[in-house]
Amino acid sequence: MVMDHHPEHPDVTAEMWTRIDTILDEHSSVPGSLITALRLCQDTVGYLPPPLLDYIAEGMNLASSQVFGVATFYSLFSLKPKGRNIIKACTGTACYVKGIKEILNHIRNSYSISEGETMPDRRFTLEGVRCLGACGLAPVMVVNEDIHGNVDPKQVKGILEDYQ
Amino acid sequence: MSKARMQLMLCSGTGCHATGSKRFHEALDAELNRQGLTDEIKIVETGCNGFCAVGPVMLVQPEGIFYQKLTAEDVPELVEEHFLKGRPVPRLFFKEHMSKEKIPHIDDIPFFSNQVYRAMRNKGAIDPEVIDEYIARDGYFGAAKALNEMSSEEIIDEMLTSGLRGRGGAGFPTGLKWKFAHSSKGAEKYVLCNADEGDPGAFMDRSILESDPHVILEGMTIAAKAINATKGYIYCRTEYQLAIRRLEIAIAQAKEYGLLGTNILGSGFDFDIEIYQGAGAFVCGEETALMRSIEGKRGMPRPRPPFPAYKGLWDKPTILNNVESFANVPQIILKGGEWYASIGTEKSKGTKVFALSGDINNIGLVEVPMGLPIRTLIYDIGGGIPNKRKFKAVQLGGPSGGCVPEQHLDTLIDYEEIAKVGAIMGSGGAIVMDDRTCMVDMARFFMDFIQDESCGKCTPCREGTRRILEILERICDGKGEAADLKSLEDLCEVTSNSSLCGLGQTAANPVLSTMRFFMDEYKAHIFEKRCPAKTCQALLKFTVDAEKCKKCGLCFKACPADAIVWKKKEVAFIDTTKCIQCMSCYDKCPFDAID
Repeated sequence: MVMDHHPEHPDVTAEMWTRIDTILDEHSSVPGSLITALRLCQDTVGYLPPPLLDYIAEGMNLASSQVFGVATFYSLFSLKPKGRNIIKACTGTACYVKGIKEILNHIRNSYSISEGETMPDRRFTLEGVRCLGACGLAPVMVVNEDIHGNVDPKQVKGILEDYQ
Repeated sequence: MSKARMQLMLCSGTGCHATGSKRFHEALDAELNRQGLTDEIKIVETGCNGFCAVGPVMLVQPEGIFYQKLTAEDVPELVEEHFLKGRPVPRLFFKEHMSKEKIPHIDDIPFFSNQVYRAMRNKGAIDPEVIDEYIARDGYFGAAKALNEMSSEEIIDEMLTSGLRGRGGAGFPTGLKWKFAHSSKGAEKYVLCNADEGDPGAFMDRSILESDPHVILEGMTIAAKAINATKGYIYCRTEYQLAIRRLEIAIAQAKEYGLLGTNILGSGFDFDIEIYQGAGAFVCGEETALMRSIEGKRGMPRPRPPFPAYKGLWDKPTILNNVESFANVPQIILKGGEWYASIGTEKSKGTKVFALSGDINNIGLVEVPMGLPIRTLIYDIGGGIPNKRKFKAVQLGGPSGGCVPEQHLDTLIDYEEIAKVGAIMGSGGAIVMDDRTCMVDMARFFMDFIQDESCGKCTPCREGTRRILEILERICDGKGEAADLKSLEDLCEVTSNSSLCGLGQTAANPVLSTMRFFMDEYKAHIFEKRCPAKTCQALLKFTVDAEKCKKCGLCFKACPADAIVWKKKEVAFIDTTKCIQCMSCYDKCPFDAID
């Protein structure tokens, strides 16, 4: 079902709306596919702005409350814009024992962002994430798709300078 | 299959990937090409080998020579010396931590030689993206036997005989679960695989999925026949993209070979598997929550009964087993339940995979027979504690588990024995901690995790975990009071007894376990405002012991905050108003004069 109007939003382009309509079209009749649809929409836009959630609810024939409920339950979904580069610092036990706290401190001091925050110029988003299962490399920091293992707090700045 | 004279089993698991296996692979490929050796020597990209600590690793077959910490610069020497002239390169052998002895053969390395491979029998031995390699190692033979020669009852009987218990943590007998679902009435039934591995410090499921995806498909197919299901889902963490990609490849290949889909192996049995990506919620590891999540809803648990075997996904009879459990199934069907039960203890049969990490030399994934003492796991396989530090405890079972201290290291790996010392087998995370880990802070860490992941549906878990966390934070901040210990005990009891699901029921375990074995640390924090392990920053006050100080000035040079006053031939002094408790001086002092 393609709806006749798209809400206006600065972060959602016309191409994105077309893609979103396709996603909703493919999933609206499949029971239980809300999480999949949300994931694909987030992949398209980068995050899930609230007007988009309302649009998804309409397209999936679901109550807005249900869509908001699911989008806020799972940590994968973000209702706020994210940075161009996502730093995922593993906060699992092994990384904790090996000192991820210090690494987070260094990032906070260097870029003035804490866990869950994005820099005003959207260069970095810092996320503390659940165990990444790479405990052999603890402490682990993942920047976009690159895994950095055995990170020394002193190297943090050097590693991050490569991401603009 | 390849007729190469030499096969190079190069690990491409996440650990080795991050330490540079790809660069090594490219260099090796180029060199073999240059020397015209590509027909004789074949590179096989395998899944996780398990020995992540020394990656990138490579096993040279058929000789069984094991190389570690490889870099692209090692390639010319390896090819020239070993692959052409037959002289292995000792420089790249595994080096024993204590004796410093270099060990060339994989079978002689203690990390490997003490293991027994069942769930991980194909790790590092096959290319996970080639179904023929799986089949060549008896792959899908179990499924063929189950589908063509066995009735559902016979499969369930074999599973019951094997004594296999749920490897996800709870330890419920797998055969019994299947039996309930089999007897449950319904035209539509589901087989689910729980690959939502969430325990911090556990990575066996990811590793099995990455190194041997077909074994899960085969195990699920056998389960489907046992309960008469036609549809299966693998619920996998979205973070595990490599595992998901390999599963997708495996499913497509299995369908092409007629090993999945309609009329599997001409038996008339239909079964299809779909991958469902989780969206990041720890509680979705709980079975009823996982099913709600597949239905596209908030993953919140519901009370049981009715159990999923009667009312599960979409209210249809459903079984849910963990990745490691499924990985054991094909061999049990092929070789028989008695074969599987031939190792282990009275109530815990077969093997268990552990993820060793933390302060231990041989970090990695190991599979050991049940009944092995935990001490052997830590010291023989794990190679002991690095940097000459002292062992303090091993945390088993993640946020639902507990710590096993030195005096209980001879406990056997067995569901009941481990429970007796206040920990749980859990999914197999084994995080080793040395004497610099603060146990109060560790309890706080797990409680922080749990209260964040509590879904909020039931009050005891939502409120209880938060209140416990507040008290622990206060203690770590140096604001603990005498009454806190009693409050902690009370809160732990209520949360454990009255929470709806396993998450809340076990949430207090890390607190109770550390209070049981490390009460002196709690008391030091509360009454002496001191953190013996020097972890809790608010409680750190450094002073220089004038008698031990050798006036060397190393601490002065190490201090980033100019908090140390020192002149030549004078005892150092720490200005506590400037000190930022960074521990640089403490770490640097060779005479233990700073405390």
